[in-house]
This record gives sequence, structure tokens and C-alpha cells, in this order.
Amino acid sequence: MEKSKTPLLDQLEGGKWPSFVKDMKQAAEKSPMAKDLISQLELSYKEKIGHWKHGGIVGVKGYGGGVIGRYSDRPDLFPAVQHFHTMRVNHPTGWFYTTKALRKLCDIWDKHGSGLTNMHGSTGDAILLGMKTDQLQPCFDDLSDSGFDLGGSGSALRTPSACVGPGRCEWACIDSLDICYNLTMNYQGKMHRPMFPYKFKIKVSACPNDCVASIARSDFSIIGTWKGVIRIDQKEIDAYAASDLDIQKEVCDLCPTKCMEWDGKTLKIHDGDCNRCMHCINLMPKALRPGKEKGATILVGGKAPILEGALLSSVIVPFMKLEPPYTELKDLIDRIQDWWDEHGKSRERLGELIKRLGMRVFLRAVGLPAVPQMVKAPRSNPYVFFWPEDIKKPDEIAKEVK
Amino acid sequence: MAKTDIGPPDYKTMLPPVIQRNYGKWLYHEILKPGVLMHIGESGEALYTVRAASPRLLSTDHIREICDIAEKYCDGYLRFTSRNNIEFLLDDKDKVEPLIAELAVRSYPVGGTGHSISNIVHTQGWVHCHTPATDASGPVKALMDEIYDYFITSTLPAHVRIALACCLNMCGAVHCSDIAILGIHRTVPKVDNSRVPNVCEIPSTVSSCPTGAIRGDMKNKTVTVNDEKCMYCGNCYTVCPAMPIADPDNDGISIWVGGKVSNARSAPKFSKLAIPFLPNNPPRWPEVVDAVKNIIEVYASHAKKHERMGEWIERVGWERFFSLTKIPFTDMHIDDFDMATETFRTSTQFKWG
Repeated sequence: MEKSKTPLLDQLEGGKWPSFVKDMKQAAEKSPMAKDLISQLELSYKEKIGHWKHGGIVGVKGYGGGVIGRYSDRPDLFPAVQHFHTMRVNHPTGWFYTTKALRKLCDIWDKHGSGLTNMHGSTGDAILLGMKTDQLQPCFDDLSDSGFDLGGSGSALRTPSACVGPGRCEWACIDSLDICYNLTMNYQGKMHRPMFPYKFKIKVSACPNDCVASIARSDFSIIGTWKGVIRIDQKEIDAYAASDLDIQKEVCDLCPTKCMEWDGKTLKIHDGDCNRCMHCINLMPKALRPGKEKGATILVGGKAPILEGALLSSVIVPFMKLEPPYTELKDLIDRIQDWWDEHGKSRERLGELIKRLGMRVFLRAVGLPAVPQMVKAPRSNPYVFFWPEDIKKPDEIAKEVK
Repeated sequence: MAKTDIGPPDYKTMLPPVIQRNYGKWLYHEILKPGVLMHIGESGEALYTVRAASPRLLSTDHIREICDIAEKYCDGYLRFTSRNNIEFLLDDKDKVEPLIAELAVRSYPVGGTGHSISNIVHTQGWVHCHTPATDASGPVKALMDEIYDYFITSTLPAHVRIALACCLNMCGAVHCSDIAILGIHRTVPKVDNSRVPNVCEIPSTVSSCPTGAIRGDMKNKTVTVNDEKCMYCGNCYTVCPAMPIADPDNDGISIWVGGKVSNARSAPKFSKLAIPFLPNNPPRWPEVVDAVKNIIEVYASHAKKHERMGEWIERVGWERFFSLTKIPFTDMHIDDFDMATETFRTSTQFKWG
């Protein structure tokens, strides 16, 4: 038997978890690029080092992004992956697919590239992994003819993403899918032609469980919430009481605001004290439902560590009703992006700019009032900056004396 | 010429009819068993979801196989989750068990719901990234093979979200995960003075550095790196291939714990450093696998029901986390960046371990 050329990667073919090595070998049966990719990866496993270079501007006509240039640093050994560019294909919102659409994508990709994909990339796009420069335009043309378009890359609006929302979730307080799709269509120019100081991410979660990690992973986080009372179905409470669930211990005792009372028969919720964390609703989905007045909390500034350290998004609008065509939301996004575009330094994310210039400057610039919901606590240092108009000028003082 | 700016396909054309009929009118759901969800609409109609694992790195033929399955059982409708699982969507209850049986025959793990460990969100690593400090798919595969049972069951105190990013640029934004596996470089980029003048543009290389550690040396048409300012992000290598940062002897993996993004009970929080460095040991990264398994097992045996990793640690205290997991605490665990003092203990209230 011929000795395997990939003894290290072969060790990742076994085991119960699905093996990416199997997928690579499957693609290699058809694609010389996938074959060289495996060989180069084996070398990385042997040497404990990557073998890719970034660089060179590659793309398709009319766009400034959507393609990531990638080149092997050992084209002498792996000529088929000398160019190995990535194309980001904007996924259907909520990652819903018909097999017809998926098969079309596969056919296009087999025609133009390595046959390897990521379903999906971190931002949400379907990733086509590895193609030669001369295939970029024809691949894009075929994608476009089949109804697909590219996602964002570089200093642009990145592909917005959304949780499954009203598609399959009873907790959806907003139509996360429609909002995400609407914004995506509205901002095609900002996605495809990078003109910002740096990347800008929008993610939409339809409830505070935040299944798309909007608060941690987006500059502009839209998270569904509600006002008013949690709707209680007493009959279903009785059913939970009769089940394995210990309502006192598992639900009431773990409520962060202790706004619930349970006497063994009736569940009372002091809704004014509730902070809508979702714990009780998560545990008793049949008996408890979010309140009827629904909308979203808007938070901004979330990002991973580079450069000033990781930030979570923070509240700027406690409650916004979100109904099509989402004019108030889009106006806010535009005002924020304009301010950031004007003041942000190269590679400065929105959260870092707010940190550098101050939240009060940001709020005034985008026209939002300061409210206590924005902070965990007021400041504890006395370095308060007052607006110049609030300080009495010498001529005003002189007038008062007269 | 092809049309531009058409945007993605309209998701409404991708929704199965049962979802179109019950869109926004779901009443409740139940987890029938690990990996199987039943959503009931106000109409009384049911939608069944069978969640199966994928390696994320998929060949077109693998996707076609997934399509074959979805066409056989789900009228050709499916979706992917934010954690790279495949969800088969059905309205016919009688097809659920045959679907699961076929998935078993084809070796697709079914699970990832409830108090389980779902798929590991991860980045590209050596497969396709230019600044990785480790591979991504490899450590994920090695780890999931070992903690597979936590995917197909729902026996943990709460769900445990694991994510892996192959360098601190964190394409996989792992910083709010119950357990984050993060590749780290520990040495500065090596400037190849003979190649820089030919392959790099000095001003863009200088401006690529987020910390201002790179200075132009116009006389020699190259750049110099201030070692003390560099925090090993690799951004310079992106624009200047003549200053590689990868260092096989010093690159490796760090482990972070206790983050979450959900607002349930406690507020979203960052993951904190548990283990500063573990070596890259392909193909199965035994040190990383053992370290993560240890943390999961200590958590599983000590946390209360519904308590996420970070909530458990905050209840018992970080000093106890380190004593229970037997992870050594070092000076690297103490923050020395911008807002470091926020994490210093400013009280006499602590435990002995």
C-alpha cells in the first residue's frame, strides 16, 4: 500500500465528531486546489506554522470588498494554491435555505473554485474558500445571475446578521429577520464600497437571550425587548408545578431582581421590578410570554479586543418601536455613521471613538437624551465637563450685577 | 455585465411553508430530546427541528448530501445556526425518527440543545488565515471528539458555549464565551530587511500597527519594531509579508473562561484568563483538550442547575476556581493593560481557596 502523504491530518479523520479532513479529501477528489490545500495544511501541522500571505488588491468590478486576497508562501511546493482567495457570499437572512439555492451555490463553486466552503463565516456570510484571481469575476457573475451577492469586508458595513426570530421563536419581540434584510438591502452601497474608518457590524437579536451575540460582536446592536406585564397562563403554571420543575428554586430564586412570588399555587410577578432577563420565560415557555408592547433596546460600541480592549455594546436607546420601513432606526444609524466617519481615526471602531471623545459628545452629536438606563452607575470621579453655554460668562455676570 | 448590489436572496423565499404560515405566531416550544425541538404555533401547527453537527468546513459534495437528506425528509428546507449546526426543518412528525435514524447511519451527531455543549464557533487557522497562532479546525475536531457526549446529551448545569479564535484579532469574537480557546503569538514580527524594500510600502506598514510600535527607516528603506509596544496582533504582516510574526516554538493557545452574551439572570460578561499558555501540539492538541475537559468536569460537578460557567465562578470566587481546577495562578493572570486596576481586589473579603 502506498504510504499516506498526510499522516498527521489522517489522525483527524477518525473519532465521532464530523471531520473537516474528510471534507477536504472529498473536495480533493475533484479539485487540484483542494489537493494542494491538504498538502500545505499537512506541512503546517508538521512545522506548527501557517503558510498563507495576505496582500494584493483583488476583487470584482464595481466593488471594493467581498473578496479576501490570499496567497501561499510556498507556491514552489503547492502551485495550485498560489492564489487562494476567499469570496464572502451574503447568506439569506437567518441562514434559511432551500436545497435548490444551496445546490446552485455548490454548482457555481465547483465550476470556479476549490469546492470547499465555510457554512458559515464568523460574520455570517457563506464563505467560498479558495479561488484563482482570474475566476473572481466569472464566479461573481454566475452568483449574481443566480440571485446571490457578496458580503462586506474591509472598512465597510459588514454583512448584518439576525437570529431566527419570528421564523421559529415564540420569544421574538421584533422581526429580526425583516429588520436585518431591510437594513442589508438599504445599505448595499455601504457594504460593497468601503468608505468608513474601519469595520461596522450590525446584528439583530429578537430577545435578550441574544442568540447572535449582538451585544458582544456588533458596533450597532439591536436587541428585542418589551414593556408591560409578562403574560401568564395560570393553567400552564399548574402543569409546570406538577412537573419536575421546582418553581421556587429554579425560577424564583434565580430571578436577578427577585420580582417573583410563588406560594405553591399562584405565580405573581412584580413587573415594575423586572429587568426582562428572560430566565423565567426560558424555563417556562408554555406559561410565560413577553409583554405585548414590543420593541428593541439599541446599544452601540461592541467589539473584539483590537485595539483598546474588548467592549460590550452599551445602551443608547432603551426602547424603540421597530415597524417597517424602520425610518427612525435608519436615521439613527446614518447619524451615528456620519459622526464616526467624520471624527474616527483610521482603524478606530465606534466604541473606541465614543471612549476617546466621550459619551456626552456622542449623544449630543447624534441627538439622543441622556437617561439613567445608559449607565450601571453615575460617575464617581469629579472631573465633570460642563457645556460652555452652561457657564456664566463675565458679560453675563456684569449684567446681573447691574 | 452582472448586476451589482442586488443583495442576498430574500429569506422569505427560503422559509418552509409551515414557517410561512406561522411566522411571528409561535406559542411555545419543547425540547423533545437532545437535538430535537418542537415549536407549536397559535394555529396549533407543529414545526420539528432536528439539529445536527457539521465541521463548518464543508465540501460541496457534503452540502449536496445534506441537501439529499433535506429533500428526503424536509421537502428541501433547512437552515444553519449561528454555531454552524445544520437544522433540518419538518412539519411531519412521522418523519422525525426516520430522519434521525438516517443521520445516525451517516454519522451526523444530533444534539446541541438545552444544557449541552453545542458546536464550537471557530476561525480559519492554518487552513486559510495569514496570521494564525494555531490551527482552528484541528483543535476543534480533537476537542469535540473527546467531549462528544456533552453534545448529544443535556446533562450539564447549563449550556456551555465554547469558541476558538486562532489569534487575538478574534474573527471568532470569542471574548464572551463560557470557554474561549485563543491562539496567541508571543514574539514580535521578524523584519527581513533584504525583502522589505521590494515587497512592502513603508508608510502603510507603519500605519498598520495599532500600537504605533513600527517606525520607518527611510535611509535603509525598511522598518523597525519597538518590542515593548508590540502586542503580537500580526496586522503588519497583513500589509508587509516581509515581516512574519508566526513563531512555531513560541506560538500556542490560551484558555479563557466565564463569559456569556445572554442577559438571562446575570448580565453579559467577558471571559477571563484561566491558562496563559499551552503549546501547539498537532494533530490532536492533547494539552488543550485535557485542560478544557478538566474545566468542564469541575464545572459540571460543582455548579448549581442553570448556573453558567461565569455565574458559578462568581458565586464561589475566582480563588476557588483556581483551587478546584488545580490551574496554577500566575502574575500573567493579573491585568496590566488600560483599566487593570478595576480587577484588583479592594476589600479583605476573599476565600483561602
